[in-house]
Amino acid sequence: MRTPPDNRRPPATSRAAALVRRAVSQLLVHGFLLAGAVFMLLPFVWMLITSIKPPAEIFTPTLALWPRQFYGVENYHFALTSAPLLRFALNGVIVCACILAVQLLVAIPCAYALAKLRFPGRNILFVLTLLALAIPVQVPALPLYIALADLGLLNTYFSMMVPFFLSVFAIFLLRQFFKSFPDDIIHAARLDGMNEFEIVWRIVTPSAWPAIAAFSVFSIVAHWNDLYWPLIVISDAKLAPPPLGMMFFANAETGSNYGALTAAATILTAPLVVVFLLARRHFIAGITMTGVK
Amino acid sequence: MSALALPGSGARQRPFGGRQAFIEKITGMGLALPATLLLLLTSLVPLVVLFVMSFTDYELGAVEFEWVGVANFSKAMGDSVFRRSLWNTFLYVGIVLPGAVCLGLLVAVLVYGRKRTRSFYEIVYFLPVTSTLIAMATVWQFLLHPRLGPINTFLHMIGAGEHAFLSDPALVVPTLAMIGMWQLIGFNMVLFLAGLSAIPKDLYEAAEIDGCAGGIDRFLTITWPLLGPTTMFVIVTTSITAFKIFDTVAVMTQGGPMGSSEVLLYSIYLEGFQYFHTAYAAALTMVFLVFILIFSVIQSFVLERRVHY
Repeated sequence: MRTPPDNRRPPATSRAAALVRRAVSQLLVHGFLLAGAVFMLLPFVWMLITSIKPPAEIFTPTLALWPRQFYGVENYHFALTSAPLLRFALNGVIVCACILAVQLLVAIPCAYALAKLRFPGRNILFVLTLLALAIPVQVPALPLYIALADLGLLNTYFSMMVPFFLSVFAIFLLRQFFKSFPDDIIHAARLDGMNEFEIVWRIVTPSAWPAIAAFSVFSIVAHWNDLYWPLIVISDAKLAPPPLGMMFFANAETGSNYGALTAAATILTAPLVVVFLLARRHFIAGITMTGVK
Repeated sequence: MSALALPGSGARQRPFGGRQAFIEKITGMGLALPATLLLLLTSLVPLVVLFVMSFTDYELGAVEFEWVGVANFSKAMGDSVFRRSLWNTFLYVGIVLPGAVCLGLLVAVLVYGRKRTRSFYEIVYFLPVTSTLIAMATVWQFLLHPRLGPINTFLHMIGAGEHAFLSDPALVVPTLAMIGMWQLIGFNMVLFLAGLSAIPKDLYEAAEIDGCAGGIDRFLTITWPLLGPTTMFVIVTTSITAFKIFDTVAVMTQGGPMGSSEVLLYSIYLEGFQYFHTAYAAALTMVFLVFILIFSVIQSFVLERRVHY
């Protein structure tokens, strides 16, 4: 952005030139970043303002930001009464909470065993964990679907959650964390008569709090937003998590009632965005520590 | 590797005898048992079943099936829908990858130099990562609407004409790629910011003394080489994410117009869960898996390098 300094000029002019250069470069940088920010925010802003516009204003192409007639109450009321949006959100909460609880209950003991105990099959288990790390849910989807169909379990919360009960990523992450936990403390706890179960949950787990918090954010964001698997196993709208619910709603509205559609989108996007704004640091750490979404 | 090295080093630390070792074996296996069972049931057994199924003519609900060898795979190679979906997927990755990586890097470098406004830009650019893509896809659909959308209204105002972004076969994949970038730039920005904060400040001071004062100079001599490992990592993760494109296609185009936005995962979804050509979908999934594994192998090499850097 900045041009290299010209050393031939006298100092005073050079200082003034440096100031000008600085101002110009600041202007360019902020200009670029603000243009990008407009692109990033455009859908959010347009979602919010469309959700409070009356149909007449939506259907006249205009770049006007503020509606002439406030129609928000009608749009949100229509969205909330014509589709069980709060039910979708509740489904999302139930599914995310259960998945996360089981993931932690299963992964923490396993990660501890892999990090601190010697047992037959440990190395092969770790290698298989690494292999499974690379496999997205779309790969086992067909066999899992057939099995769930055979068992008559399609269209249940269980079917929506079961492929995610084991998070190999959680095992991998927590194992790294547990490995650095001092062995001496574990030995001392053993000498005090604690069994391994107590050591896992009362001594080692609390020490891994940052990793657990970050993993929780990652898990909740991933499953709140997941569409592929719920789309396959859920056809009953009462069980739909937010993305699938949004899809049902959009199809039912045949994509024309944009006021209500954007109101619904606002309601279903809001929970995660609000949590993000409140706990930004944890959120960014949680999502990015994985590298892969 | 570290797991293999442990047994020897662990043995020296333990003053206990055989009984203790036996108890450790039992507890270790017990603690790992639930995870092992789930790993088998939800990942490894399905993987084997999928592989076997791809060589049969099984369809969901059928009582029996026959072995057909590689017929599903040769059918896929000759299937114009599949070939087009593969091509579209790579086209999508080919647009998203350079766009999301270069813009993510540029934004990160610029944001990193801000002091008062840094957190503002961080929030704004990261916001799309946290939002529910399906809901936002509906909003994008409206934004891009040929008549009602503000984007076309704006283009009309500046005299650029109107574009049916989502119903023009030539524009649909680039448009979806633009939305993909919108979601990925903030994510990559944060990864690059982490990489930038690991570069020692005195390197820049040293460069200044050596007469390397310009922003671009500093970027080329210090920032870019030291960000190498981060960049490789971002490239691989972006490729994997882009390769798995599904949501926006399912909501906004359903593969249309005329198959011009068919992508790999959407084809698998249709074959497997809408038409119930189960065995054929299994073969397509195997193809999908091969690509994912190629990306993952590259990724593990990159991770290794990043750790040792």
